[in-house]
Amino acid sequence: MQNTSPAIDVAYIAQLAKIELTNEEQSRLTRDLEQILNYVQQLGKWDTQHVEPMYHPIPIFDALRPDVPGKSLPLNATLCNAPQQEDDQFRVPKVVESAH
Amino acid sequence: MMSPETSLNVLQNALRSGKISPSEVVEYYAARMDELNPRLNALLSYDKEAALAAAAKADVSLPLGGLPIAIKDNICRQGITTSCASRMLENFRSPYNATAVEKLLAAGAIPFGRANMDEFAMGSSGENSAYGSTQNPADPQRVPGGSSSGSAAAVAAGLIPAALGSDTGGSVRQPASHCGVVGFKPTYGRISRYGLVAFASSLDQIGTLTHCVEDAALLLGTLCGHDEKDSTSSREPVPDFMSGLHDGIKGMRIGLPREYTGGGNTESVSSALQDAVQALQNAGAEICEISLPHAEAAVASYYIIACAETSSNLARYDGIRYGHRSDAALDPDTLFSLSRAEGFGEEVKRRIILGTYVLSGGYCDAYYARAQKARALVAQDFAKAFTELGVQLILGPVAPTPAPRLHEEDMTPLQTYLADIYTVPANLAGLPAISVPTPQSGLPVGVQLLAPHFEEARLLRAAITLEQSWK
Repeated sequence: MQNTSPAIDVAYIAQLAKIELTNEEQSRLTRDLEQILNYVQQLGKWDTQHVEPMYHPIPIFDALRPDVPGKSLPLNATLCNAPQQEDDQFRVPKVVESAH
Repeated sequence: MMSPETSLNVLQNALRSGKISPSEVVEYYAARMDELNPRLNALLSYDKEAALAAAAKADVSLPLGGLPIAIKDNICRQGITTSCASRMLENFRSPYNATAVEKLLAAGAIPFGRANMDEFAMGSSGENSAYGSTQNPADPQRVPGGSSSGSAAAVAAGLIPAALGSDTGGSVRQPASHCGVVGFKPTYGRISRYGLVAFASSLDQIGTLTHCVEDAALLLGTLCGHDEKDSTSSREPVPDFMSGLHDGIKGMRIGLPREYTGGGNTESVSSALQDAVQALQNAGAEICEISLPHAEAAVASYYIIACAETSSNLARYDGIRYGHRSDAALDPDTLFSLSRAEGFGEEVKRRIILGTYVLSGGYCDAYYARAQKARALVAQDFAKAFTELGVQLILGPVAPTPAPRLHEEDMTPLQTYLADIYTVPANLAGLPAISVPTPQSGLPVGVQLLAPHFEEARLLRAAITLEQSWK
C-alpha cells in the first residue's frame, strides 16, 4: 500500500455503482473519500502477511439447506411492490435496440 | 400505576395479575406517542387501532403476552411499510414478517410503532433519516445517537417500554448510551437476520433497547434460536437467560483494555468508566488491565468491510422489483442510475461509492483483503484476552463522548466514523456486548461490557450487577 492514496475517479466509480451524481456530489465525495482512504492507509503498519483474512465472525460450515422444494412467495406478493408491472411481470424500459 | 420508566417485567406482572388490561397498556403508550412524538420524531408511524385490536386478543400467559414493542424500520412486518428511513423504500410494504417479528408475535407481543433510524442503518446520529432527525429526550439540542435513533429515544421517553434495533457497528449500544437506556447486541448469529434489511451481512445483528437488563434477557429468550431461513443463524443451545441473572459476579475476572481508557474520552465518559470499575469491584469482581494491541485498526477495517458489503447488498435497489423508480429513465441503464440517485441519501451514496472503490479491480487486495486480515487481528486480540489472559468479560466505554449537538455540520464523515472506535470491534469479532446506563449527572453516558461468543448469560449477569449497584 502506498503512503498516500491514489487520486480517486469518483465519476468512474459512480458509473460502476450505477448512481448518477451531480458535479457537486462528485467533488464532495472525492474530498471525503480521499480523507477516509488516507486514514485507512494505517492498516499498512501491521504485518498481516501470514494472517488469514476473516470473512465471517463465526465459523460456518456447510450452510446449504436440504435440497427440497419449499413454498415461495405467491405471485401477487412478489409483484405488489413493483413500481411498474404488466401481465404478471415486472415492466422495464425496452432493453434491445430497434432494428434499422 | 404505569410510568414512562415502567419495565416489561413490571408490566408483565401487572397484566398477569389483572391489575391492568392489554388495552389499557396500549392506550397509555398511544397517549404518550400522541403527546411526545410530534416533537421527538422517534416513530415514523404507529397504528393505534391495530395495536388495540391485537390487545383485545392478547394472551397474557404467553412469554410476552400483551407487551407492546416498537420495531426499527429496517425489520420487516407483513403488510406494513418498511422504509429503512429511506426515500428508496418509501412505498415498500413487506410481503412477509422478519423471523424476529414472527417470534415476538408467537410470544404474544404487540408490535407497535415503526422506529425512526439513520437511512439503511448508516449513521450514528439519527440525522441521516429521510424523514427528519430524532430528538434526544434528555436534551432537545442533542442527537439521540444512531442508527437505532428512534428505538432508543422512544424507550427513553417512555413512548414504548422496549424496542428492537439493529447493530452493525454500534447502532444499538451507542444510541442506548446517548439516551440512557440499555442496549444489547447478542452474539452474531444468535438472532435470525431473516427479514432484517441487509446492510453489512457479516456484521449485522438484531438487538434490543429496554429500560433494564432483565427486560433485555426476557426479549433475548424469545428472539434467539436457529432459523432455516438464515443459514448464518446459530445452532448453539439456547439457555434460560432469566435463571441465574442475579447470581452475582464474585470472583469474575473482568479486563479493562488500556487502549480504551486513553485521552480521547471526555471527563464524563472516563468518570462513568471509573464508577463501573468501582461497582464491579464492590460486587467481588477482579478488574485487570489488559491490552488489545490492534484496537486502533478496528475503525479502518470496519469501514472498508461494511462499505464493501453495503455496495454489494444495496445493488438490489434497481427500480424494477421494488423501491423507488425514476420517472425520468429512458433505458435500463438510466433506470438504475437515476432511481438510485433519487432514492438514496448522501451517506448511503458515500458508502456505496467507497465500497465499490475498495472492491474495484486493482484496489481489492490493497483495501478489502487487508481489512479482512486486520479484522482477524482485532478478533484474535479478544480471543487471547478471553483465553491466555483469562478474563471472562471486557469493560469499556461505549463512545468517547456523550451525545453531540444536533446539526454538527463541521464534522467530516471521517470524524464521525472515528467515534465508533469502541463499538465496531464487537461486530468485527461477532461478540455479544451491552451498554448499561451509568448514574452520571448531566447527559446520559453508558458503559459497555463484552463477552466471548454465546456467553450472553454471563454478560447479562454482570450488567444487572452494575444496574443494581446504581439503584
